[in-house]
Amino acid sequence: MTAPSAPTAFVEGISFWAPRLPGWKAAVEVLAHGGDPALGALRRPATDLLPSAERRRAPDSVALAIEVAAAACTASGLDPAQLASVFATTHADLAITDYLCEVLVRTPMLTSPTKFHNSVHNAAAGYWCIATGCHAPYMTVSVFDRSFCVGLLEAFMQVAADQRPVLYVAYDIESCGPLAPVAVSRGLLGAALVLAPTRSDRSLLQLAWAVRPGTNREATPAQPDNAGLVEGNAMAPCLPLFEALARGTGLVTLALGLQSVLDVRVQKPVVSAA
Amino acid sequence: MPRERTVVGSGVYPYRKPARISPLAIGAWTVTSALGPGRGAQLEALRARRSGLRPNDFTDAPLETWIGRVSGLEESPLPDEFGLWDCRNNRLAWLALQQDGFLDAVADARSRYGPSRIALLLGTSTSSIGATEEAYRQLTPDARFPEHLRQPIIHTAHSLGQFVQHALGLTGFCATVTTACSSSAKVFAQAERTIRCGIADAAVVGGVDTLCGSVLFGFNSLELIAREPCRPFDIERHGISIGEAGGFALVECDGRGPWLLGYGESSDAFHMSSPHPEGLGARIAIQDALSRSGLLPTDIGYINLHGTASVRNDEVEARVIADLFPATTRASSTKGWTGHALGAAGFLESAISLLAIADELVPGNLNATVLDPVCGPQICIDNTALATPTVLSQSFGFGGSNSVVAFGAERRM
Repeated sequence: MTAPSAPTAFVEGISFWAPRLPGWKAAVEVLAHGGDPALGALRRPATDLLPSAERRRAPDSVALAIEVAAAACTASGLDPAQLASVFATTHADLAITDYLCEVLVRTPMLTSPTKFHNSVHNAAAGYWCIATGCHAPYMTVSVFDRSFCVGLLEAFMQVAADQRPVLYVAYDIESCGPLAPVAVSRGLLGAALVLAPTRSDRSLLQLAWAVRPGTNREATPAQPDNAGLVEGNAMAPCLPLFEALARGTGLVTLALGLQSVLDVRVQKPVVSAA
Repeated sequence: MPRERTVVGSGVYPYRKPARISPLAIGAWTVTSALGPGRGAQLEALRARRSGLRPNDFTDAPLETWIGRVSGLEESPLPDEFGLWDCRNNRLAWLALQQDGFLDAVADARSRYGPSRIALLLGTSTSSIGATEEAYRQLTPDARFPEHLRQPIIHTAHSLGQFVQHALGLTGFCATVTTACSSSAKVFAQAERTIRCGIADAAVVGGVDTLCGSVLFGFNSLELIAREPCRPFDIERHGISIGEAGGFALVECDGRGPWLLGYGESSDAFHMSSPHPEGLGARIAIQDALSRSGLLPTDIGYINLHGTASVRNDEVEARVIADLFPATTRASSTKGWTGHALGAAGFLESAISLLAIADELVPGNLNATVLDPVCGPQICIDNTALATPTVLSQSFGFGGSNSVVAFGAERRM
């Protein structure tokens, strides 16, 4: 359980994007108030941070991550160029992995240099820093079914250790080709938070967090109706926390290690700025 | 008196000097590369100036280049109990874990701290993508992976973290860090934060990355591959040699040292695969590492450079070193010995930096004959003795991710 002295991060901005939950406002209606999700599913977000040519060329992973990162920063009112960041993705860009493996079998000398440099797991983070002119460091983690939880803990630790705001971005895209049955992920799902060490006028919520021994059987499940909206995406484990964020309250337990869990207590900001 | 130098200019980045950290002890460490398994093999080759590079005998399709290949992995499957994770990258992890008494050191730490109180933080770039490539070469007629390559875990980056977690019996916080070529340097920073936040009492950090076709032909497509063994900082350098490596360290609050004194991290915000022309990100990372360590440039005896032998990296990095450090600091890239181990390079070169401290050895730039005139007096061709046992290791990656780690023989409280 989270003790009263548990470290706390303040939520300055939230964003969310899935084909039938395109944006945090739409997601809150569905996740917290039982509203109907969008009928027509969008394929991918039209992020306006990138110039139009770049936007068209951007791989799905980059377009998705930049969309949710930008939306969370806008909501926070903070300058993205000054934010350290943490990116979590289970599989990075599966379409590019499929391409690289396929071209390697047939025509390795024709490998596309652009696709190759976009294949690194930190491509989205790299493009984010280029787009925003941000020289603050970013971290990128990939931890299979624990990716969301580990990335969140990394962001919490950076907020606590360095006493500065941190942008946290979690995303996964659709798998394809022969890879699809083994690297399973369907649709696009991205979510982001701007977390700060102290309360501000714009703080939306506070998150008290603690790591304790436990197993994944204790992990908070998502509401079944909501879970169906992001089912099959590798980042779906983010949903229970965003349900609590949408409600503005709740205790969410996330599986962390083999025998450890992360508890996050979501509530309205009550702790005054330090 | 040491001269204060302005590292970061009045750019757009609002530079904030980080606070000093409490040094952490490197309780045990080991590394395996093309030079052989374990610390002894690295040291012997460094002293003898014997490169581990060989003509490419790895790819099915011909590719004229030299590679730093670890011998024997093909004939060394994982023990049956770890069969789920069997692939080249995890075989290299397993080979590395068995050197220098590292498994015993972790067993001892596990009994002292408990298995959930030791974080496991590992860097990689491509992890076990070699297994995915193999599956694409062996697709069934209905375009499915062959049965022996259908385990989901070997087709995702965390293949590495999850395997080592089981191999070491650790149950707490475990992360696979994937910031390309800075990955296994950033794990030192992550370990320090994790311990300072009380999430763990100690950490096993490391990095493992192995040769694979997509990376060799990918770097070839970017025209960054040398046809000859790489020649870091040589006026006629023609690109990189790709290598593979694996290594691990146990990081604790107390011990005899050597010590992790500090670290710096930054982003270039410039280009996906080309460094910032003035090395702005590198300068920020160096300044942060010095600030967290409470060190000045004049305190640094040796810098293990990123030094890929690409035309751009070495030019930019040499200028940064010439600008920031005194002539008494030695600096070199050891990629002429090992090749560029990509996601494992940060750890491999941190380990070589620790060897430099332990054995008072400054490796030179193997394969360089005439240094690029942009090099300052810091960059040396020949091996020399280490005068001051305080060192930096620099790692810069695709996506503009930079990391610099500081180590020293003394705790410097």
